[in-house]
Amino acid sequence: MSYGTEKLSEEKVFKDPIHNYIHVRDRVIWDVIGTREFQRLRRIRQLGTTYLVFHGAEHSRFQHSLGVYEIVRRIVDDVFAGRPEWDASERLVTLCAALLHDVGHGPFSHAFENVFDLDHEQFTREIILGPTEVNDVLSRVSSNFPKQVAEVIEKTYPNKLVISLVSSQIDADRMDYLQRDSFYTGVSYGHFDMERILRVMRPTEDEVVIKTSGMHAVEDYIMSRYQMYWQVYFHPTSRSAEVILTKALHRAKQLYEEGYPFEWVPESLRAFFEDRVTVEDYVALDESVLVTAFHMWQQEADPILSDLSDRFLNRRLFQYIDFNPATEYVRFGELERLFREAGLDPDYYLVALSSSDLPYDLYRPGEENERVPIQLIQPDGNKIELSKASDIVQSISGKRRTSHKLYFPEDVLRAGKEEHPLYERILNKLGSGT
Amino acid sequence: MLRDHAKLVQFIAVAGQIDGRKKLQKMIYIAKKSGYPFQEKYGLHMYGPYSEELTCRIEELCELGFVEETVHDKGSYVQYCYAPTEEGLHFAETIVPESFIEPTFVEALTSQRSRFLELVSTLLYFDRLNRKEQVEKVRVVKNKLNFTDEEFTEAFRFIDSLVQ
Repeated sequence: MSYGTEKLSEEKVFKDPIHNYIHVRDRVIWDVIGTREFQRLRRIRQLGTTYLVFHGAEHSRFQHSLGVYEIVRRIVDDVFAGRPEWDASERLVTLCAALLHDVGHGPFSHAFENVFDLDHEQFTREIILGPTEVNDVLSRVSSNFPKQVAEVIEKTYPNKLVISLVSSQIDADRMDYLQRDSFYTGVSYGHFDMERILRVMRPTEDEVVIKTSGMHAVEDYIMSRYQMYWQVYFHPTSRSAEVILTKALHRAKQLYEEGYPFEWVPESLRAFFEDRVTVEDYVALDESVLVTAFHMWQQEADPILSDLSDRFLNRRLFQYIDFNPATEYVRFGELERLFREAGLDPDYYLVALSSSDLPYDLYRPGEENERVPIQLIQPDGNKIELSKASDIVQSISGKRRTSHKLYFPEDVLRAGKEEHPLYERILNKLGSGT
Repeated sequence: MLRDHAKLVQFIAVAGQIDGRKKLQKMIYIAKKSGYPFQEKYGLHMYGPYSEELTCRIEELCELGFVEETVHDKGSYVQYCYAPTEEGLHFAETIVPESFIEPTFVEALTSQRSRFLELVSTLLYFDRLNRKEQVEKVRVVKNKLNFTDEEFTEAFRFIDSLVQ
């Protein structure tokens, strides 16, 4: 028996609140889970700073990755098994890609990537192809196998059906994270009938399609995406925490580049400050390292770095107000000037944030858009795009809904307004003067 | 981040008008790969590199009245065209007073068809590979577009001219 087909002597299971059990029989899958790069995902939260608003949202990318694997395993072992459109020899590469699709995520993914201009997809590829334990395991299947897994994740694999299971508008990734994020945040919006969707999924030559009879279950899934975005993912307070995290990292980077004499620089961050990050550096970093850095930086002499670190750790978040750039962009410039005159660096303490800074994973049906739409397959075999068949989906697909907010340290302005007359003027200009 | 919005308005203003969402996506991607400071993150999608951030930002600019979107019925499909408004020009000048886009660079992109820009941007997406491997990747991910050898040659010539 080859390594790629080797089964464990008995099935292993992970208890999971979303899927009840996650089942592992394949030796390769078990060995990938045991690698240091995959175990590191236990120390990367799935929702970044959202736990500062929804305190239950402490779940990790480790859990999510196992969840995506489990959904794909059920599809290929149960739903697709025996169907002529499905090539069973693609099973292992599909399962490995599902398990590893997020392995390149860094700590507090979005904020960290922005500050250090990194791309988690690039690191996913490098972890799979580079000198890592993950690569050691995959290479034991065949010398070409790591490359195949990487191609599925970067969407260049020749079999488009395999790609669509891991990455499409109705894929295992979204089906897991919607349910998992909903469960851990405690909101009710993310629920949909995944069992029904799995029952009505059908493989075709280059994509997964849904039987028309399953349309209402898919409607529910699309609505879940819509509601989770506005209620959880783009929650303005959670964005405030992300603003502070981003600004703290920016400040640390700027100080490092200017030769500031840090009391303490975490060795794991040095390569990031110096823009010479290797896979080894990347894998060495996780959220516990960053949180430790913020603890230490609270004691730094630089008042901005210590303040922002303290704010992040102790949840002293920025206040926010709605902001309409169409009529208020001139006022924004005036505010920047006032902040500067008042001794508050607007680069760190006055932030305009728009919904496009964390784009909504909107269902877009086609036209000149770039995404493969969800197709329903009718009893006569013809396909129809989801929004053409569903009034509910049509009503929310491709519709604009935007949001712009200004973030600022209202606590500082209020506490210091007696001492600093400009603070009062700033508060009045922000409409927070009373 | 208003600067990111303003940079897009300035880019569209230099082009005058950009015909087609796909073309806009590819132009910004090629500009980004050529070193212009656009922050939008891209991934590989149906027509090559695509940025959901860019799509959302353009939607915001239209909603704010800084960019005008017009829809043209082309028979079998509709085309979306983008041009800056007067207010948009004022906004861009206020937020990003310095000019950061070279007009000849933008002209080189606007004069190309979107199929060609799709090929160029997809090749650039794989620019970590050597040219033979880049072509192989494009032939896999764009197997239905049947790009010819001449198109590949022309695309590489175009990429080389951008670097100069």
